[in-house]
Amino acid sequence: MYEFEYHQPKTLEEAAKLFADADDPQFMAGGQTIIPVMKQHLAMPSDIIDIGRIADLQGISVDGDTLTIGAMTRHGDVAGSDEVRKSIPALSDLASHIGDPAVRNRGTLGGSIANNDPAADYPAALVALGATVYTTSREISAEDFFTAMFETALEDGEMVVKVTFPVPEKAAYEKFPNPASRYATTGVFVARTGDGVRVAVTGAGACVFRQSDFEKALDTDFSPPALDGISVSADGLNSDLHASAEYRANLITVLAKRAVKHAG
Amino acid sequence: MPVISLSVNGIPVTAEVEPRLLLSSLLRDHLGLTGTHVGCDTSQCGACVVHVDGKPVKSCAMLAAQADGTQITTIEGLAQKGKLHPMQEAFRDNHALQCGFCTPGMVMMSVALATEQPDLDEAAVCKGLEGNLCRCTGYQNIIKAVMAGAKAMRG
Repeated sequence: MYEFEYHQPKTLEEAAKLFADADDPQFMAGGQTIIPVMKQHLAMPSDIIDIGRIADLQGISVDGDTLTIGAMTRHGDVAGSDEVRKSIPALSDLASHIGDPAVRNRGTLGGSIANNDPAADYPAALVALGATVYTTSREISAEDFFTAMFETALEDGEMVVKVTFPVPEKAAYEKFPNPASRYATTGVFVARTGDGVRVAVTGAGACVFRQSDFEKALDTDFSPPALDGISVSADGLNSDLHASAEYRANLITVLAKRAVKHAG
Repeated sequence: MPVISLSVNGIPVTAEVEPRLLLSSLLRDHLGLTGTHVGCDTSQCGACVVHVDGKPVKSCAMLAAQADGTQITTIEGLAQKGKLHPMQEAFRDNHALQCGFCTPGMVMMSVALATEQPDLDEAAVCKGLEGNLCRCTGYQNIIKAVMAGAKAMRG
């Protein structure tokens, strides 16, 4: 590992000042992506600003029909939370399948969405559930937050503080995990709300996206056969050593059907 | 350089550490606790799993500076008064290793799994060990050992 400076602010204000004063700073939440990436010199920030001890970023709460999760909440804590399990069990289930137990004990919601890995699980949940990302300066709808591969709407120095999720009528997430990394080769999150059905796909493209033809069909008939006869185009989907674009296109249908069935 | 204070296997440790020092390196190179193995250094193999405040984490994917104020348990901290931990006994009794390189991480993860889910079944063992790779055994005896170790831990 190369040399860098390390800071451990206790408040958001202190973190912002450290960021502004450094040459090439990087916030670190759970470190499960940035530490391996830095070891390989794929990123070489001059300053690591560890936000793990900022109290304002912690916590899970439910208020009426809204679930709020702090940015520094670990995947394992989301998976094990009674509040999450009771309000949005699909989100609890998703968190329990991220990486492995050791990764889930360090990795965080905020870190995952700020990184926006194209194969990460959380982006699908945020987009399908119509979540809102609260940052240090504004609120951003999930669909506007995830902009491109490893890119988000976050400006330099802007930090995710918390995410709010409207509680859906029903929801489920199904993924085809890469057998080594457990990242989603493709993952589909289906949510039915009072405003209709939303279907979000991760792992298949450069960035999470909505499958609007599925949404229309499921709005009319929320059952797996409703998706029969809709062909998903492989155009623009990822093709790599794990799966071809055509394979991923097929997975979108298979996983969406499973998710609808699972949602009940 | 950050000065950190932590407890390692019940012993207080204070050290001045470079920011880039990994927890795995602190344990192995500075404290001489070489039972924690580094297999891949890309946070995939799980040989470096230790407990931080009772929870299993990959010590090669955590900075030593992040461990300030924590309680760490390594494989060296499991046996008490010369008696192996029941999970270690179970690994030995069930021949759950061949080369042994992955074993410290396997045992640390298994102790955590059995502590969180005392009555875990085989499916839970398999899911719980997803982040621990063994290239020798084919896992069959490891699963048997974790089931036996969990039973012994229940008493």
